Amino acid sequence: MSDVETVMRELIAKFPALSGHITAQRDRVWVDVDRQAFMPVFEHLARQMGFTNLLMITGLDVGADLEFIYHLARSRGGITNVKVRCPKGESHPTITGIFPGGHIYEREMIDLLGAKIEGLPEGSRYPLPDNWPKDEHPLLKDWKPREKGVEDA
Amino acid sequence: MPNKDKIVRVPIGPQHPALKEPENFMVDLRGEKISSVAIRLGYNHRGIEKGCEERTYVQDIYLLERVCGICSHSHSTAFVQAVEEIAGLEVPARAKYIRVLIGELERIHSHLLWLGVAGHEIGFDTLLMYVWRDRELVMDLLAELTGNRVHYAMNVIGGVKRDVTKDQFVRIASVVDALEERTKYYIELAMTEETLAQRLSNVGYLSHEDAVRLGTIGPTGRASGVDRDTRRDDPYAAYAELEFQVITDTHCDVFGRTLVRLGELMQTYSIIRQVLKQMPDGAITVKAPLRIPAGEAVSRYEAPRGEDTHFVRANGTDKPERVKVRAPTLANLQSVAKMLEDGYLADLPIVVAAIDPCFSCTDRMIAVRGIAEEKTMNWEELVQHGVRWYRERGIDPARIVMRGDGLA
Repeated sequence: MSDVETVMRELIAKFPALSGHITAQRDRVWVDVDRQAFMPVFEHLARQMGFTNLLMITGLDVGADLEFIYHLARSRGGITNVKVRCPKGESHPTITGIFPGGHIYEREMIDLLGAKIEGLPEGSRYPLPDNWPKDEHPLLKDWKPREKGVEDA
Repeated sequence: MPNKDKIVRVPIGPQHPALKEPENFMVDLRGEKISSVAIRLGYNHRGIEKGCEERTYVQDIYLLERVCGICSHSHSTAFVQAVEEIAGLEVPARAKYIRVLIGELERIHSHLLWLGVAGHEIGFDTLLMYVWRDRELVMDLLAELTGNRVHYAMNVIGGVKRDVTKDQFVRIASVVDALEERTKYYIELAMTEETLAQRLSNVGYLSHEDAVRLGTIGPTGRASGVDRDTRRDDPYAAYAELEFQVITDTHCDVFGRTLVRLGELMQTYSIIRQVLKQMPDGAITVKAPLRIPAGEAVSRYEAPRGEDTHFVRANGTDKPERVKVRAPTLANLQSVAKMLEDGYLADLPIVVAAIDPCFSCTDRMIAVRGIAEEKTMNWEELVQHGVRWYRERGIDPARIVMRGDGLA
């Protein structure tokens, strides 16, 4: 049994509701979870299944929701990507309790997408300048550089 | 009597002579020792991810190559690999080997660059001069193979742009031989030169546990015993067919980071020799569609500084829906605050330099022989070309008067 199949079976055995929400592409596993199931699934992967390497978090603007993808790796083998959606304006829990270094990716989503991350420790913003307006989030799809007075170089 | 309990806060950066990139370190000092550090990043944010969403995949290769002036091939490879996976393209084996070749040559130039900078930061400028002289060998080689010293523009979606000829194989082999001899000398130097070992030992200490907890990667992590290397753990390009060792060390300090990079150079020479021996004949590219079908992929690449991760989501058009880039320095900077704690303020430049944060370089004219129109200019012709270019646009450089400020 390949590593990908092992991961999928183990996840479904622990969280039967994930059945039908897990796909594999090459040696990558993609898991779709709802907001309530996110923390238990994420914590299980990180603490019980050896996915101790948080590669990065990708934030996306998908209309009414923001989508967060957590890319986790094991010391040998492929990646498990955990996807979760959160309505814009609602808060999503921090993962810094498990990965303290992950705060930088969460701050990035706060600045660029306007994500609300609950439980994130105090710290300076990233990556936008201190005098950047708090309600301007450049990675949102309806944020158009030209409308904001940004000209092409 | 100075008050030992008094904390003095010293802002270092964003502009600082010891660091070529803008970063801000708020250092709290108790006497000469650092009690805590807060790091502020983002001064280099250029909105490249947003820019990618507004440009085509082909334009994005060039944009992403400019994320970094040193690991440019790393970023473009990570990106095209993700796009190729979404589009279901099978990249020809020869192209995969050429990607490895350029990637490993890039690793040599990057590690040598680092060794020189490290020498400079500890006041050992002879080492800087020696290493950077040697580094010119690989820079010239890269320029010959790709046309550029940096920003090689070798990748296209579906393969690589230029083939490598048999004549070039000979020159690559001779450069690798020469650099291997030099690297052996530097390894001997690191092992026997006491001033170097004493200056670097126990500086910027990062325990194995902290390195794992903070997600430290690349040579910085491997010098704290983190046995991770994407080339072995999740092979891409032709790495599955190549034999090499992942170099780790347990010194957990700047000295260890030096030994790891030197050891990696020796592995890289071996990888390049295998590439020259095993590279199959055949096509270097497959035809790629302009519109990439909907889908998504994560791509990993072991850049000289650590793992480079890209995520791409395609929506069926010629422009990506989202491109996310995680460069290794971002992951490694998390550990810098830890390394600096309890150390001396005077060690800050070398500790920061020891994770090898990126900075960009180079401005040179090179004659490139390719299929396109050939034109070579010498210095005089280039000056004349410049004067003509401005005249055609209504500016006469001869009439520009420099307003003196009395300095001359």
